[in-house]
Amino acid sequence: MKAFIVFFLLTGLCIQTVQAQDETALIEKIKQKLDQVQNYVATGSMKTDVAFIKAPVGKVKIYFQQPNHFKLVRDGGISILPKGGVSVNMNAIMANNNYVALFAGNSITDGFSTKIVKLLPMNENSDIILTTLYIDEKNLLIRKAITTTRDNGTYQINLQYGQYSNWGLPDKVIFTFNTKDYKIPKGVTLEMDEPLTDADRKKMQQKEGRVIIDYTSYSINKGIPLGIFKH
Amino acid sequence: MFTLLQVELYKIFKRPRTYIAFIAIAGLIAIIQLGLKLDGDAYVSFVMSNVEQSFSFDGKLLNGYLVCYIILQLLLVHVPLLIALVAADMISGEANIGTLRLLLTQPISRYEIMFAKFIAAAIYTLLLLIWMAVLALFVSIWLFGTDDLIIQKTRYLVQLSSDDVFWRYIGAFGFALLAMLTVAALGFLLSVFAENSIGPIVGTISIIIFFTILSTMSIPIFQKIQPYLFTTHMVAWKDFFDVKVNSDNNVIKGTLQNKSQIIHSAWILIAHIVFFVGAATFVFKRKDILT
Amino acid sequence: MESVIQVQNLSKQFGEISAVKNLSFNVPKGSIYGFLGQNGAGKSTTIRMLLSLVKPTEGSIHFFGIPLQHHKKEIFKNVGAIIEKPDLYGYLSAYENLKMFAKLNGIHPTHVQLMNQLEQVGLAERAKSSVKTFSQGMKQRLGIGIALIHNPSIIILDEPTNGLDPQGIADIRKLIIQLSKEAQKTILLSSHLLSEIEQMATHILIIDKGKKIIEDSAKALFNPAETIVEIATADNAHTLSLLQNSKWQSAIQFNRGPNIFLKMHYNEIPAFNRDLFQWQVPLMMLQPRHSLEDYFLQVTANNFSDEIIKNI
Repeated sequence: MKAFIVFFLLTGLCIQTVQAQDETALIEKIKQKLDQVQNYVATGSMKTDVAFIKAPVGKVKIYFQQPNHFKLVRDGGISILPKGGVSVNMNAIMANNNYVALFAGNSITDGFSTKIVKLLPMNENSDIILTTLYIDEKNLLIRKAITTTRDNGTYQINLQYGQYSNWGLPDKVIFTFNTKDYKIPKGVTLEMDEPLTDADRKKMQQKEGRVIIDYTSYSINKGIPLGIFKH
Repeated sequence: MFTLLQVELYKIFKRPRTYIAFIAIAGLIAIIQLGLKLDGDAYVSFVMSNVEQSFSFDGKLLNGYLVCYIILQLLLVHVPLLIALVAADMISGEANIGTLRLLLTQPISRYEIMFAKFIAAAIYTLLLLIWMAVLALFVSIWLFGTDDLIIQKTRYLVQLSSDDVFWRYIGAFGFALLAMLTVAALGFLLSVFAENSIGPIVGTISIIIFFTILSTMSIPIFQKIQPYLFTTHMVAWKDFFDVKVNSDNNVIKGTLQNKSQIIHSAWILIAHIVFFVGAATFVFKRKDILT
Repeated sequence: MESVIQVQNLSKQFGEISAVKNLSFNVPKGSIYGFLGQNGAGKSTTIRMLLSLVKPTEGSIHFFGIPLQHHKKEIFKNVGAIIEKPDLYGYLSAYENLKMFAKLNGIHPTHVQLMNQLEQVGLAERAKSSVKTFSQGMKQRLGIGIALIHNPSIIILDEPTNGLDPQGIADIRKLIIQLSKEAQKTILLSSHLLSEIEQMATHILIIDKGKKIIEDSAKALFNPAETIVEIATADNAHTLSLLQNSKWQSAIQFNRGPNIFLKMHYNEIPAFNRDLFQWQVPLMMLQPRHSLEDYFLQVTANNFSDEIIKNI
């Protein structure tokens, strides 16, 4: 879950602080757009999609408060989220205004033409090595972000926009991450082994996992319940 | 017939031995529940350590449903011993104390005696499982609450919504009943051949242990014979805790991944029960009572 | 007389051993039918076949003219039995045992009826005690109580006095005679003790090694005209030649060792004794026996046990 926080902080805060020579103006514009939202409460559904996890779609509530408070709460049930997010420490990057934002070309993301901007932390000890943003300049929306970390591999975040695009808020977020193998010693579960089909094998070799959040509604700038960010 | 059944049940429940099983189950379940209550999170993180390296779980992982699953997984392997204690004693026990000849000189046919005795053993088995269900499921729910049930299968992890679990337990206990009835039927068959109850009880337990080892060892030569062992099919209750997913890898609530496997295993167990009880009746009908 | 049990050509083979060979007999209605034989003679096997505990290899058994093989249920509504030891459910009380067997016979006696039944066999005071605390005699009496609970017209008792003390034996005897005389039950009674049978039986069957030796009414077997007289003299050969040349010649049955056996009317014994005296035969012993004893002796000649001598 914290990975999401990371992402939102990234999109929110880096815009405030990064001083990329070429792209400062663009990032400033996006920041201004996002600054319209002081807080929101969103509802939606969340699904963890990993080859070796069979999980149901769950209802979630998402709370946000400027500048960097973010919380995802599952409406009952257990949420399974990639652990990697926990160790991504963005505070270090944010504390030092120590980035380089570089233009890295143009691309087409989800059918939109985007500008690729690479954010490099200057701090050698930062867990984040590189963040790449795919920015839809025309609509001032971030369509994709890829973060490479030292300890937890690479994350990719895809955002799709709909009726809340004016606020810069996505309708759908797909968070893609790498997974390790799932292995339990044979015999431990004492189950019958049904034969593996080729499709099963192919599926199980898939090493990418995704967490997909579909937002159904936002309640923007209407305030949020007190104490929600207290752990 | 009903009178005979009543009498058989009366005999079962008048004996102290019968209650050993109920007490043993209550004790075992209480110990597991106590252990999990005191240090359950450590246990869960130990069991889940493999997945917890990559994932974090937010919610009540250790809930009544999981506790019940842990109990069933640990206990159902041993319940056959308790079933054998009564079922394998049904005929041999009476032969041993000499009451069998008195029973057989009453105006009752041997078929009726066998039928009533097996039904009585089956009712005992049923009550034992109900007792187990009450303690393992309802008491665990009371102690630990409910939430989604997360189960590690050999190849994947299954998350079942808390509103999609209860019926699966009904199915699992129903299937477990079938599995335990197979044990009861086996014990019943062996009890026809002996004139003391130790032999059939030990015999039943030995067969179950032997077959269970063959059923669970993943050695290629054993795997070839595993589909033919009834003990392999006795664990099919676990298939109630697996669910189908759609093309988006979304769980479809209320489905069973291996419904056909459950039905197949159920039929195999039913066939065993019919065979064991049929053979027991066939042999007993022709048996000379010399005790 | 009408027979309530008819046994025809009954045989039972246990592997190589034939326990019962071609046995036929009829149990008349209202009789106390004594079934006599040594231990291992085939009595128990026969009784177990009558109670359908053991399947006959050959032959047929009819109760009330109905074949046992396919009508066990209806027949056993009218038969009560004790086979050897009175084994009961030790973890149940006398009362519970009795009530349970009543149920199995399709009757539902009241508490008073059950207590009366226990009273009849002298166990009313111990009604609530569990049977495992009972003595052999108490168990036997409860066994009889159970055998009688459904008021059967035939009672089959296999060695009912086995393991009982003298008082217990006397009680059981009294009960059997009472059941026969007052309740007009037909009683089939097996024993290896002649004395036991002799005191109660109206009819007697003796078997040995699975075969019938004799079956007759006690009256015929105790016929004074058929009294066997056994004598022993100091010079057996001489005595035998004297007898062979006298009017007693036709009475000589056989001689075994130093003893000579003759058959005569009981009333002729004084005259016979007089003749021996006149011939100055050195008489050591003269013992009259009725023919039943004689048959039983023949049967058991090769294995005279102290017990049998003691009981003759």
